Amino acid sequence: MHAIEINGFQKTYRVGFWFQKQKVGLKKLNLLVNEGETFGFLGPNGAGKTTTLKLLMGLIFPTAGSAKILGRDWRDSEIKKRIGFLPEQPYFYDHLTPRELLDYYGRLSGLSSQQRKLRIPKMIERVGLTDTPNVQLRKFSKGMLQRIGIAQAILHDPAVVFLDEPMSGLDPIGRKEVRDLIQSLKREGKTIFFSTHILSDAEALCDRVAVIHQGELRGVGIVSELVSKSEGRVEILWQGAQALRSIEALGAKCSEAGEIIRAELDENSLQRALEIIRNSNARLISVNPVRASLEDYFVSRLAHPVEVAQ
Amino acid sequence: MSGRIPAIAFSTFREAVRDRVLYNLIFFVLLLVASAPIFGQISVGVERIFLVNLGLTAMSIFGIVIAIFIGIGLVSKEIDKKTLYTVLSRPVRRWEFITGKYLGLAGTLVVNTFLMTLGFYAALLFLTRQLGRADANILVAVYFIILQFFIITGITLLFSSFSTPIESAIYALAMFIVGSFAEDLRGFAAMAHGPQAWLARIASYIVPNLSMLNVITRVSHDQIIPASLIGLNTIYAFFYVTIVVSGAVIIFEFRNLK
Repeated sequence: MHAIEINGFQKTYRVGFWFQKQKVGLKKLNLLVNEGETFGFLGPNGAGKTTTLKLLMGLIFPTAGSAKILGRDWRDSEIKKRIGFLPEQPYFYDHLTPRELLDYYGRLSGLSSQQRKLRIPKMIERVGLTDTPNVQLRKFSKGMLQRIGIAQAILHDPAVVFLDEPMSGLDPIGRKEVRDLIQSLKREGKTIFFSTHILSDAEALCDRVAVIHQGELRGVGIVSELVSKSEGRVEILWQGAQALRSIEALGAKCSEAGEIIRAELDENSLQRALEIIRNSNARLISVNPVRASLEDYFVSRLAHPVEVAQ
Repeated sequence: MSGRIPAIAFSTFREAVRDRVLYNLIFFVLLLVASAPIFGQISVGVERIFLVNLGLTAMSIFGIVIAIFIGIGLVSKEIDKKTLYTVLSRPVRRWEFITGKYLGLAGTLVVNTFLMTLGFYAALLFLTRQLGRADANILVAVYFIILQFFIITGITLLFSSFSTPIESAIYALAMFIVGSFAEDLRGFAAMAHGPQAWLARIASYIVPNLSMLNVITRVSHDQIIPASLIGLNTIYAFFYVTIVVSGAVIIFEFRNLK
């Protein structure tokens, strides 16, 4: 059984004064997400990521298509007890304190009074808000709001967590905190489906990613495979400017940062380059194969509208 | 359903109570009621009539203002601020959300009216030095005012389920004003001929008959309100609220949230 199964979701909006024009929000989307997987939904702004999440959450209705979450119809209200959702740039009832907010969401999720009493303090501790359990949310920073947002999404211990741009607009510390939280959810074996346009976060967290652009799925790939593809080139770092000219002569692209020189060159020229470094008494620091990055994959998918089989 | 509707209702109530505008309105009404005895001194011999009319009318107007201005934001604010997203991604059905929101605001208005009524009776006691059986009759007028609030809250919720807050406020206010003259509208329909009569008759049935719920003048003159009117008005308000809130639910069920 797949955690998420999207079968041909489509969304078309009618726009204009007489609603005669059609605007495509999402073209026929088919997607499978495995249980326990951390799945990144990548795309530039306006690609259709939030539309997909809103469709899955039942906030908007599809023009065509259907979906299953944990094997049940996505509209089934019972299934919503087993999912958690953090919207993009969430705004919560700012007159409430974290404790009151979590109590409210706990009640909506069907948690008993006893369960809420046990879980809320633990959740506040888990997201690092122990100093502010009784401070109204209007006094919270963006990072703190994001953390309380994650807390409300996981309070009822859902099996699948949907996060819409969870790191968007956060400073580096805030991003790290949220990343750590997502990693801890991953360790607990939860299925995490998160949309982002920050590729480094996706690379660090995801098992698989899908790229969406202009409402169309452009590709799905396994992150470890995508980033381990060797490009047939190597990167050498060394200290000692005397070897620079000779290595450049091999066709290497060189750059200097202080005393350290970096060269990227063809794998076939590696042995010759190492000899040059040794013979010129320069100090070799490292030799590494140049790997494809998620960014390379992302950019290639945006450029080539090819739907990839999953 | 279980505890979800009460949870939403309580949250709505709590938000309204923590809203400073609400406190200002209550304060203003209480101030008005408290100053009534001073005005009463100007109108010698009719102090009590003056106080009952002024106090209950103020209570009604400010309650309607609260119902409309909080009511227009009940749904739209939740959509604009995306708080609704986290609510509806839980096992909460849309009709439960609308019902909870309605009950929350209705409850807020009941509590406010209760507090205003206490203030009003304090002012009455200060003016007349004693409270008699006739003064209990005023509670019927207060009850009808509460029924008016229930109706206007439902109407505001209905409009806010498909239009902008400003539009909702205008429509709801218009309904309140026209509804306050519903009996006149029916009188006009009876006198008119042709299409005008039909239009007036249809309009008189669509708008809430708030004039039937206004017995302020009668209680100020110690007229006893018959139990049949209390019963009929209660049934009327119940059905009117059920229809408008159901309308809001139906519209909201099919609405795409931006």
